[in-house]
Amino acid sequence: MNIHEYQAKQLFEFFGVMTPKGAVITTHEEAKNIASSFINKTFVVKAQIHAGGRGMGTFTNGLRSGVHIVTTAEEACEVAHKMLGNTLVTHQTGPEGKLVSKVLIAESVEISKEYYLAIVLDRKSAAPMIIASTEGGVDIETVAAESPEKIWREAVHPLLGLQPYQSRNIARRLGFRGKQFLSASKLISNLYHLFEQSECMMVEVNPLVLTTSGEVFALDAKLSFDENALFRHENIAALRDTAEEDPREVVASTFHLNYIGLEGDIACLVNGAGLAMATMDIIKHHGGEPANFLDVGGGATEDQVTEAFKILSQDPKVRAILVNIFGGIMHCDIIAQGIINAFKTTKLSVPLVVRLEGTNVEQGKKLLRESQLPLQAATDLTDAAQRVVAAAASFSNHPISTH
Amino acid sequence: MSLLVDKNTRLLVQGITGKAGAFHARSCRDYGTDLVAGVTPGRGGELLDETIPIFDTVDEARKETGCNATMIFVPAAGAADAILEAAHAGMELIVCITEGIPVHDMMRVKAILATFSKNTPVLIGPNCPGIITPGQCKIGIMPGYIHKPGPVGVVSRSGTLTYEAVWQLTSRGIGQSTCIGIGGDPIHGMTQTEALRLFNNDPETEAIIMIGEIGGSEEEEAALWAKEHCKKPIAAFIAGATAPEGRRMGHAGAIIQGSSGTAHGKKEALHAAGIAVAESPADIAETLFSLLGKK
Repeated sequence: MNIHEYQAKQLFEFFGVMTPKGAVITTHEEAKNIASSFINKTFVVKAQIHAGGRGMGTFTNGLRSGVHIVTTAEEACEVAHKMLGNTLVTHQTGPEGKLVSKVLIAESVEISKEYYLAIVLDRKSAAPMIIASTEGGVDIETVAAESPEKIWREAVHPLLGLQPYQSRNIARRLGFRGKQFLSASKLISNLYHLFEQSECMMVEVNPLVLTTSGEVFALDAKLSFDENALFRHENIAALRDTAEEDPREVVASTFHLNYIGLEGDIACLVNGAGLAMATMDIIKHHGGEPANFLDVGGGATEDQVTEAFKILSQDPKVRAILVNIFGGIMHCDIIAQGIINAFKTTKLSVPLVVRLEGTNVEQGKKLLRESQLPLQAATDLTDAAQRVVAAAASFSNHPISTH
Repeated sequence: MSLLVDKNTRLLVQGITGKAGAFHARSCRDYGTDLVAGVTPGRGGELLDETIPIFDTVDEARKETGCNATMIFVPAAGAADAILEAAHAGMELIVCITEGIPVHDMMRVKAILATFSKNTPVLIGPNCPGIITPGQCKIGIMPGYIHKPGPVGVVSRSGTLTYEAVWQLTSRGIGQSTCIGIGGDPIHGMTQTEALRLFNNDPETEAIIMIGEIGGSEEEEAALWAKEHCKKPIAAFIAGATAPEGRRMGHAGAIIQGSSGTAHGKKEALHAAGIAVAESPADIAETLFSLLGKK
């Protein structure tokens, strides 16, 4: 789950991780009040959407850039006004762009030096790891490749948490002294509290900055949470903004289906995450492009299968559908019944290839045969992939204008 | 002799009164596994199917029945606690089926298991299909009938993709020594490398299939280990070549972060270690057979 920059900054504020003063606004009036309440009169005005590349983006109303630096409260209001309710297109949003309904107005700071600071849950050591570098504001993977000696890693004991001396060691290695050393140490400790208490997978501050007036600030924030832990963090779960997500994924999630939209034209419905990935791979292997990842899970009900089918068949990009089931816990007859139900309630205009194997496979095949639905039964995985790729290709050549 | 589980394994099921727990406890028993007890706090003293005693605690179940392996179906919020309870009660093998356990919980579980100076249990999972020694003992949710006793060891991070590979073997007449599903979570018990080591030392295993997926670096580490130490031929498949960066592909652990954890990088590492890599998931068994030079 991703959250907005302003939400991340509110979390930072709550945990005592210092960021420049700022506020989020949703109306022109709020913008006026906020901007005039600031002491510093240089502002940064930022459109709040989940996609990256905001600075280089363009609004559909002609406004350039989703990030502006202005020097008067009036200007801040004017820019915020132009952003609100308009659509920002960046290299990550796709050509349709994202509607901006919130704008962050913050005091701009003068940067003396930039640093990198992150906390990740390291899979290999099964422990939190602090990663820090004097090279901030740039891509950390590039730093790791070109000058690995400029990156420090500090392992944290999973049962004890980050100790204060470890924070001090990191702050010192980054070169902080005196009052700034103490502020940086405190910021690192507080960032760890946020990581631990919110059960993050990763917290990344790039850049962490020292300002010309001697303050240490987290200037940007990237947080990723463990979705499996959200049940005990209502405050974090509440930060989800479904307007920012693929609408197909939002619908799928309400039916507890694991769906991820992709760019291709061959939809697939599979049980099990590994087999679902492998199904995407085999479609590609035979020259097709998958339209989605969809794992209906081990214990899916008939209704879930029907809903899954609806999501796939309503996607206008889709030119063929492949159902690939290896029944373990999942019974093939349940899948078959779900397909038959879906046909009753939705109009399917694209070719359908079904491959069933495993528990109750004969009952499943019999149900499909007797339903006399227009589908192709595949004999094995390769046959299924070849059939669906061919079906999508010929469907593309003779599109039916039902969409 | 076989790997970790055999005819002498005495199985406990934690969460035996839940829908999934009861269903799979029966399915393991029907396969031939010696199911001796169940645990559900508050239901101690009852029986499952009028034969299997249910206890309130694992400690009591172990003392009363001598169970030495456990299969966990406890819901995600309490599953880490269930693993620790089993470990402290002295269970030798813990198979955790539960999906969706918070990663920070698993991190602490691993750290606590690392403090055991003796009787450290083997943990398989979580979020896994379990382990089966065909014809002897099944501890997990895999369909038993697709397996057949034989010489191939199978280790995998996935469930249904493992069934796919097993079925490819069985339908071509080749059986399996033991199949281990190590699970799809970022932090889990047994690793690919540990499974390879067990298969390498197991006299029943003649060849190995390893199924990995995007995310983490376990397959790369296993490749390095195999190059140095493994005497048996290995065929592999890596799922997720078409997965986009930064998205969790169903399994919490199946995610490409930056340039790490890609299918391409893993395949390169496997090739470099002399492991045969199937390009299509339909060719996993065939890839192993070509390696062995038989059809």
